[in-house]
Amino acid sequence: MSTLVVSQIGPASSVQDGGRFGAQRYGLTPSGAMDKLSLAAANSLVGNAVMAAAIEIGPFGATFTAKDGPVRVALSGAPRPAEAAKRQIEMNTSVTLNEGEKLTLGFARGGSFSYLAIEGGIAGEPMFDSLSVNARAGLGSPYPRPLQSGDVFEVAPAGQTPEMQIELPKLSGAIRVVMGPQDDEFSDEMKALFLGGNWMVSATSDRMGYRLEGPVIRHLHGHNIVSDGTVEGSIQVPGNGSPIVLMSDRGTSGGYPKIATVISADFGRLAQMPAGTPFRFKAVSMAEAQAELRRYKDLLRSLPGRVTELASSDFNIDALFTANVAGHAVSATDVTTWLGVTPD
Amino acid sequence: MRDTNADHFGLMADPFAPPRLLPSGDSAITVEFSRTIDETANRRVLALDHALAAAAIEGITETVPTYRSLLVHYDPGVIDHEALGARLLALSAGSLAPDSEVRRWRVPVCYGGENGIDLEDVAKALSITPDEVVARHVAGTYRVAMIGFTPGWSYLSGLDPRLQMSRRQNPRLATPAGIVAIGGIQTGIQCLAGPCGWHLLGRTAMRTFQLHREPTFLLEPGDEVSFYAVDVKTFAEQERAAEGGELIAERVAA
Repeated sequence: MSTLVVSQIGPASSVQDGGRFGAQRYGLTPSGAMDKLSLAAANSLVGNAVMAAAIEIGPFGATFTAKDGPVRVALSGAPRPAEAAKRQIEMNTSVTLNEGEKLTLGFARGGSFSYLAIEGGIAGEPMFDSLSVNARAGLGSPYPRPLQSGDVFEVAPAGQTPEMQIELPKLSGAIRVVMGPQDDEFSDEMKALFLGGNWMVSATSDRMGYRLEGPVIRHLHGHNIVSDGTVEGSIQVPGNGSPIVLMSDRGTSGGYPKIATVISADFGRLAQMPAGTPFRFKAVSMAEAQAELRRYKDLLRSLPGRVTELASSDFNIDALFTANVAGHAVSATDVTTWLGVTPD
Repeated sequence: MRDTNADHFGLMADPFAPPRLLPSGDSAITVEFSRTIDETANRRVLALDHALAAAAIEGITETVPTYRSLLVHYDPGVIDHEALGARLLALSAGSLAPDSEVRRWRVPVCYGGENGIDLEDVAKALSITPDEVVARHVAGTYRVAMIGFTPGWSYLSGLDPRLQMSRRQNPRLATPAGIVAIGGIQTGIQCLAGPCGWHLLGRTAMRTFQLHREPTFLLEPGDEVSFYAVDVKTFAEQERAAEGGELIAERVAA
């Protein structure tokens, strides 16, 4: 066995996979990766199942060290500077750390969460078929808490296969929502304000909820409703009128009116929205939301087949320049612009 | 039952009116029976939950009962939104689950002292003695209306109206595991340590949620619960037994 040592890590980093389902009726929230597309990409690069557990790394830097043998990892999600054995590592590529080599990651830029997948996956004891950390409930494996410096993962030694790369669509545009379930607790004027306003994710956000800064949304009948069930992406409006989007570690029930719900296909994009970057919401129909979900799931499933060999580990300025010039500008709201994904 | 909003929403006229189907995003439907805390609505929620479990409709991934609504998570790739809605409405028309199927539990509570730091204040606010507060609390038969917020946090309906009082002005940010508390018209059992805005009457060694125990979650929505008082010494013994995986709560015959 090789080991991957967490030499240094900031707060808000933890092991996450596709999530823990089946016990929301007992108050157990699903948790799981905030950005599942990036989790799937990182896993695909090292040959793991797309929703296998990986290390979700929050906005701060981190350093990992390979011990007792070589370890292959891959990095996806929020871009950040990465260096291994004095070589610059690109996002969305795999890299093999030889015995004693360090992988040093800087601060996230233009996103919040990066995913470090390890070839062979993370060993642990699943609970409800998941290793995901839920810190409040003391769940998760191998560590039932956010990662700390000194934590160790026992991992498979890296294989002899070539390093891999993957190109991902860059998604942009408004964050799409389905109105409800309690949009009738708000006047038409307030709903228009919600959909027309510029919003920013507050710096006080976390895996439980993203607080939004923007116009104040007032209720028709006050802010207390009898608690009912929540989903990932529920947008609840508490008494102060500043909406909170419920994220992966949300409470399973909540007592504030929910004006709208972020569609599943856009949840990861909202999760990666940097604090202070303005964005808008856009209401879509149920049919459109579900069509987007099908496309999103097709995209996730397609990732292992989209991985290609990294041509050369040498720094190739021409290739990089060409890639930049090509600049795949795609729109999240127009799926025909997604690379290799055809609408069904 | 206090229904301050009932008139406002005009929902009390027909207790068996069809529920409202509300979209909760692209993969869940909220089946709303009432907007208030309402005994009949809660029974209808639990009845639909049972009916759905029995019907085993392909595409439903899990259900979350609450006081007044059932959240139904589904995979839209397997079942269509409209088709599921129609099934939910049809199954909501059924009768309430018979009481004979209800599981009943007796749960020990160590009231007052350091385990129930609000007991004295509750007694003062209600102008009765702490013993009378305990007597009223153990006299009740409660139903698990819902479990939510954090793992195992059980909201119980059926609190004696003479014990109903507003929640604390300032919720406590840290309360210990196993607290038994009252808030508004409810009483509840909080399994894990965490924040709580209710009045703490005591603690139980019963764990509604415990890893590596069978079952991991002890109480189910719809279960009936009654409490009995134990002293500090018994509580300490029960805590050790619970640590070893014992259930502590007694299942009693219906």
